[in-house]
Amino acid sequence: MGSYLGSYATLGLLLVVGAGFFAVAFLANRALRPHRPHAEKLTSYECGLDPVGGDWAQSQIRYYVYAYLYVLFAVESVFLFPWALVFDRPGFGMVTLAEMAVFIGVLALGLLYAWRKRVLHWT
Amino acid sequence: MAAEVLARSLAEPAVLAADVKLPDIDYLAIAPMLVLFGAACVGVLAAAFVPQRLRYRVQVSLVIGALLVALGLIVTVARAGRAVATAGGAIAIDGPALFLQGSVAVLGVVAVLLIAERSLERGGAFVSRASLTPGSAADRDQAEQPGATEVYPLVSFALAGMMLFVSANDLLTLFVALEVFSLPLYLLCGLARRRRLLSQESAVKYFLLGAFSSAFFLYGVALLYGFAGATGLGALRKAVQAGDGNTTLLFLGLAMLAVGLLFKVAAVPFHVWTPDVYQGAPTPITALMAACTKVAAFGALLRVFTVAFPVGAVDWRPVLVAIAIATMLVGAVLAVTQTDIKRLLAYSSIANAGYVLTGVLALSAAGVAGSLFYLVAYGFVVLAAFGVVTLVRDADGEATHLSRWAGLGRRSPLVAGVFTFLMMAFAGIPLTSGFTSKFAVFSAALGSGQVTLVVVGVLSSAVLAFPYLRVVVLMYLSEPAEDTPTVSLPGTLTAAALAIGVLATALLGVAPAPVLDLAAKAVQFVS
Repeated sequence: MGSYLGSYATLGLLLVVGAGFFAVAFLANRALRPHRPHAEKLTSYECGLDPVGGDWAQSQIRYYVYAYLYVLFAVESVFLFPWALVFDRPGFGMVTLAEMAVFIGVLALGLLYAWRKRVLHWT
Repeated sequence: MAAEVLARSLAEPAVLAADVKLPDIDYLAIAPMLVLFGAACVGVLAAAFVPQRLRYRVQVSLVIGALLVALGLIVTVARAGRAVATAGGAIAIDGPALFLQGSVAVLGVVAVLLIAERSLERGGAFVSRASLTPGSAADRDQAEQPGATEVYPLVSFALAGMMLFVSANDLLTLFVALEVFSLPLYLLCGLARRRRLLSQESAVKYFLLGAFSSAFFLYGVALLYGFAGATGLGALRKAVQAGDGNTTLLFLGLAMLAVGLLFKVAAVPFHVWTPDVYQGAPTPITALMAACTKVAAFGALLRVFTVAFPVGAVDWRPVLVAIAIATMLVGAVLAVTQTDIKRLLAYSSIANAGYVLTGVLALSAAGVAGSLFYLVAYGFVVLAAFGVVTLVRDADGEATHLSRWAGLGRRSPLVAGVFTFLMMAFAGIPLTSGFTSKFAVFSAALGSGQVTLVVVGVLSSAVLAFPYLRVVVLMYLSEPAEDTPTVSLPGTLTAAALAIGVLATALLGVAPAPVLDLAAKAVQFVS
């Protein structure tokens, strides 16, 4: 118990301190500040401009494809880093290299398909 | 202290790297799956680069060719008589795995024949884009366009995932396979050419509930890892038998894992998605799900429960017996009240899941063999039945409401005759595969002393015979109405699928011995 969970103690302490800091800061703020609400003050703050429209706006669905492709290749690099540490060691060699090539090839296949189907065009 | 560990691991990557061993992979044993996955990847390329007019032919021959090659490889591996756990024990290629993989491949070919049919409806049963708003101009427009050929790589991925699912010997591999075959199915459900709204509803329902059940499954895996410190089925078995771990983790983990698996086999109370999804999905995809997904899900269920959780150490039987009884009764009783043929077949597939569970619960070699045989026999019947459903059409596409089937026997005696035969098989009349398969699972269960299950099974079969025979009565004894739909002439592919399904149903009913023997020889799990 002690040895296994002990290493998380620092993290736990940091979480508790962080939560405490947050709570104290906001409570102190609320306790000390004057409270005079006004219609102007209650509008959404948008870089000093008057807000336009409601807060329930649709965002452009096209971003989804980019986010999706980004996640795909970000996750791929998670696999690449540990692989890069071991692939030239004895007992790994060409098979390991080929396997990673297959892995990246399959992912590239998706990108190739997306490119060919003009998903990457911004029109 | 944490900083120390971090510093050490950064300073000496060599120590960590040396612990990594490349697992040995028996490439011949997993070749069937590799072929199918490879074909799916090539299919993605073909969908992007082959000229539009050739795409359909290239894709169909690719997927059917790959399935046949995979089947040949499965037979080769099976003849070599090897049973191995390969890829670091993550994949077990043994008797049940090979039998189930072969079943998925054969049933997959028949399902692809139904999926590839394009003469019943211009452009096939699928549209290109699942997510367009139903009724919008773009959506009406795509209903006139030929369907997308992406359907075929998706089906290949799904079938390859199912093959991996039945041979996965590690809970994480099992989960990956589950997602690999589920995700294409979610999408395929939303691609129906007619009744777009219903189709989208079914896709969303299947996806949300499927994601939910995946979460259950994954949480179960995590808890079992906490219990055993490993995710391999063999290691899990050792930990369960040693019995010195935290049993709370074991029971909770086992329960959640079971929820995930029972959702896929559509057992009560995890069945509610089935009627809606079966009704809304394009009929060929419904056929694929009813035949192949059922094989895959039961294959994994059998393996997980037999290999990892021996009954002597953790007795999960009472719970599964209750679930099997509920599944048979709820499926049978609700099938009686249905007025839509696809929903009727959905409830019948729920009840049939109960019958396969009966075979699983026999916990004997005969039980495993009976379940394997049942899955194959049921797969052929259900593929042919949905094949007939695709033929009965009016101006709005398939006429699935039962009242529209009235008097069909007078107008189209051949199709009505085929459907009658299939209904007889569903009802378990002798000389059809329905009888031999039910006999196999019930006798196995009786041999293991599961009398209650068998009694409930026989009673629910009797109840279930009523809706089947009602359809038959409706087709022959009712007067055809003015608006009784015409039966389309089946195209070559559908005709082939129907012929295979009906022939297999008859053969497995009259001479089931070869397949039964094959199943009986294929009952030994490795881990």
